[in-house]
Amino acid sequence: MSQHSADWWYDEAAGPMVRPYAMVSGRTRPKPAGDELTLTTQVRAIRTSSDHGSLLVEHLEIIKLCRKPLSVAEVAAYLNAPLVVVKVLLSDLIQRGDVITRDPSRTAVPVDMNLLQKVLDGVRAI
Amino acid sequence: MVSVQSDQRSDEPLVPSSVKIVIAGGFGVGKTTMVGAVSEITPLRTEELLTEAGEEIDDLAGVEGKNTTTVALDFGRITINPELVLYLFGTPGQDRFWFMWDELSVGSIGAVVLVDTRRLEAGFGAVDFFERRHIPFVVAVNCFEGSHSYTTDEMRQALDVSDTVPLVLCDARDRESCKAVLVRVIEHAMNKLDVMA
Repeated sequence: MSQHSADWWYDEAAGPMVRPYAMVSGRTRPKPAGDELTLTTQVRAIRTSSDHGSLLVEHLEIIKLCRKPLSVAEVAAYLNAPLVVVKVLLSDLIQRGDVITRDPSRTAVPVDMNLLQKVLDGVRAI
Repeated sequence: MVSVQSDQRSDEPLVPSSVKIVIAGGFGVGKTTMVGAVSEITPLRTEELLTEAGEEIDDLAGVEGKNTTTVALDFGRITINPELVLYLFGTPGQDRFWFMWDELSVGSIGAVVLVDTRRLEAGFGAVDFFERRHIPFVVAVNCFEGSHSYTTDEMRQALDVSDTVPLVLCDARDRESCKAVLVRVIEHAMNKLDVMA
């Protein structure tokens, strides 16, 4: 790598990559607490007495965003950060207890008539 | 792991569950327009970073030389009730992002294959994808102004979809028209569930 000039870091490929991952110290895998997070998993911040001193600005933004429940994809879009980075940040918060999600066993909603009827009624009502 | 997952007890804040409908089709056919027509929020875009190294790495140290690219997903939401949210996800239009379709379609209640009569063949891949995975889908023909009009039979034949797959005409810019498409998807999913039961 040393033969490359400093500009090497700022080519098109590296550009979008360096900053987002720097946000999470290069981590690309969420903590186990975030294993079950999918695009549409709903996350919600809860009031805790935990010390926010060690949190990153992005963590605090997520807590603010998630005062009302949002999906992982929405958090990523509002934070303007890649999904994988948001999953890592969320896993930190879930482990700390600042953010809750549905119990993993209840996350996958069974597609049955009752559910489809609710969705149908909901779409007709918009 | 600290037990912080909600069991939805009454003393805890409500965390809704969610369902998905996938809007698939070729590049530029109007998927995001359709999402925007029915979504309660302006369609959002989220990006996933892809690296050559893919899933095999835990840390980015040493992979600085790998090519990175991003795949963008546009989506919207419809809040069904305080306990249930419907998300509409547009598939990435470019063929090289086929692998993203799997993640998108897992757990989806159904799909729309949006086609335009000028490029019907752009819908082949999507039709094939949902047929193979037994995901209920409808074909929605986005009727652009000035586009040739064919009979539904001709379009069915051109797309090689059977009579059991609903085929509807729509205007992706029109809210009521897109609502009708979603209603057909959900009804079709209900019919298929009924047949299996």
